[in-house]
Amino acid sequence: MDPLILENVKKTYRLDRVDVPALSEVNLRIRPHCFTVLSGASGSGKTTLLNLIGCIDRPDGGSITVAGQRVAELSDDALSDFRLRHIGFVFQNFNLLPVLTAYENVEYPLLLARTPAAARKQRVSELLAAVGLDTHAKHWPGQLSGGQRQRVAIARALATAPQLVLADEPTANLDSQTGASIIALMRRMQHDYQATFVFSSHDPTVLTEADDVVVLQDGRIVRIEQRRRTEATS
Amino acid sequence: MKTLSLALRNLKRNRRRSSATILAMVIGSVSILLFGGYVQNIVYGLQTGYVRGGGHLELQHRDYFLYGSGDPTAYGIADYQHVIDVLRADPVLAPLLTVVTPTLEFGGIAGNFDAGVSRTIFASGIVVEDQNAMQLWNEYGFPDKPERMALTGTSVDSAIIGTGVARVLRLCAPLHVEDCPQPTPAAQPTGAELPADIAQLATPEATPADATPTDPSGHPHIELLAATTGGAPNVARLQVAKAEELGVKEANDAFIGLHLSEAQRLLYGRGTPEVTAIALQLHHTREIPFALHRIDELLRTSLKNQPLAVYDFRALNPYYGQTVGLFSAIFGFIAVLIGAIVLFTVGNTMNAAVVERTVEIGTLRAMGQRRTGIRRLFISEALLLGAFGALLGVLTALLLAQLINHSGLTWTPPGRVHPIHLHVRVWGEWRMLAGTTLGLLAVAVVSAWWPARRAAKLQVVEALRHV
Repeated sequence: MDPLILENVKKTYRLDRVDVPALSEVNLRIRPHCFTVLSGASGSGKTTLLNLIGCIDRPDGGSITVAGQRVAELSDDALSDFRLRHIGFVFQNFNLLPVLTAYENVEYPLLLARTPAAARKQRVSELLAAVGLDTHAKHWPGQLSGGQRQRVAIARALATAPQLVLADEPTANLDSQTGASIIALMRRMQHDYQATFVFSSHDPTVLTEADDVVVLQDGRIVRIEQRRRTEATS
Repeated sequence: MKTLSLALRNLKRNRRRSSATILAMVIGSVSILLFGGYVQNIVYGLQTGYVRGGGHLELQHRDYFLYGSGDPTAYGIADYQHVIDVLRADPVLAPLLTVVTPTLEFGGIAGNFDAGVSRTIFASGIVVEDQNAMQLWNEYGFPDKPERMALTGTSVDSAIIGTGVARVLRLCAPLHVEDCPQPTPAAQPTGAELPADIAQLATPEATPADATPTDPSGHPHIELLAATTGGAPNVARLQVAKAEELGVKEANDAFIGLHLSEAQRLLYGRGTPEVTAIALQLHHTREIPFALHRIDELLRTSLKNQPLAVYDFRALNPYYGQTVGLFSAIFGFIAVLIGAIVLFTVGNTMNAAVVERTVEIGTLRAMGQRRTGIRRLFISEALLLGAFGALLGVLTALLLAQLINHSGLTWTPPGRVHPIHLHVRVWGEWRMLAGTTLGLLAVAVVSAWWPARRAAKLQVVEALRHV
């Protein structure tokens, strides 16, 4: 089953009294267990599309199906629960909660999902080890470098074993070397945890790692480049 | 991570703002508790005064309260000793009682005929030992030690008078009343000087300015004129044991206290003596409703032949209720004012927190936190602020109350003669402490409600985009 299907999706923003179309008639299928990058110039609609895919915004038209669920049918609470179980987020600015340690940040989605304590502890330890931060579990976000924070954010995004992980410009605030290491980590995590990753980025490093590249221009998909076939590609 | 734990960490994050908010709540809480403790002390003091003076309850002829002051003998309790015996013997009522005592109140004219002066008075005939026992009532633990009445151990024809009565009757000097001004003599018309022999003839008949009629006991005496049951005037000659300052000018200028037997002799002569009231003092004020209920039962059964009614001290002394009402209104006004200040302070803090943490709210929502979870988080923070504020407020108020109570400050409450120690009752006033604490928590929650609602309603995308 495709983790994500968009059909005739439209989104318009209203700035003052002017309607600004952000997305027009977008049709897209994301292949499962792939590393898909949404690419395009600033204002092309990458972030808008990512927000709609992540169910943190609603389209003005069309339908979005994530993990087999038409999200338009869900109430706000149901959508929150849906995001919790099926979608992970990695933000450009990391967005770690500053009052929680690295361990607690990763643990937080599991607490929301009411995961039992023992399973929670095992999962958090496993993820922190996977991102190479098991020795930094008790560090506060302020005590971590940018790259380390993003690693914690990746671990947090994968905490509830979502089918879909969305990352909005995840390397934008990192130097090129750290950015590359983060992309490599995400690639590995995507492979190890069999999740589908969707990025918005115009970082060449990210593009070279992509299985699929969706190119947007003026709110429309102008090209989809299938760069490699993965083992799990359907 | 439990919500409260996260809320606590968020509060610690901006210590200065959280501390300022808690400080505002502490000041509010302390103000309410100290003023409440002060008011409570006044109310207890007032109540203690009334209960010591007249008991908690009074049995009267059912029409005495409205009409008796004009003609007390017409509304007396005839077989009062029987009534007292029934009350004292009642198995339900007896354990509640400390004192049951009869009183006879009436009006009359007191005169110092040697000085050529008299005035209208109201008199109270009492059983002195009972009154002394009533003075021992101290449910609220006031530190004063009541003195025994000046009539204690005196002969039945003794009396005490208000200092105002002593002043009017020109008895200040023999009764050693301090601060007792004498009237300025009217200026004598000037004229031809009286011949010495005529002036000498006139001297023995002159009225002395401060004539002091005394008995062999050495006490000055007065004459008390009252109407008997038949309407005839009767006079009693009373030795004045002491002039007492009663605190209220009207009482000072008109009160005479005397032994019950002497009052009855004056009003009833050789007839069957009656009383105008039977005062009942209880161990505890809170037992009034229960005692009232029981007395009502007795009035319908054992005492059904007596035309009696029972009143509590609040009904008999409207000033008490008025004072309590006045202070309650002031207390309520101050509490509302402080509540409003706390409301806006906490609301402001929570609003600032929502603005500062908009991106975090967006992140939490994106991760799958429901709106209710966001709301709960901010309300928990306000609740914690309220809890810290209330706890510190209570502790600070207790400490300050102790300092005030041991500072030696004094004040003279209304209706009192001598200054008393300024006492603030905070410890032990559990209802007030609980009410203030719960009130503060409620205000904190209410003030956080709107910011929390606003936070919960934020659009995830907008929140994440917030700069």
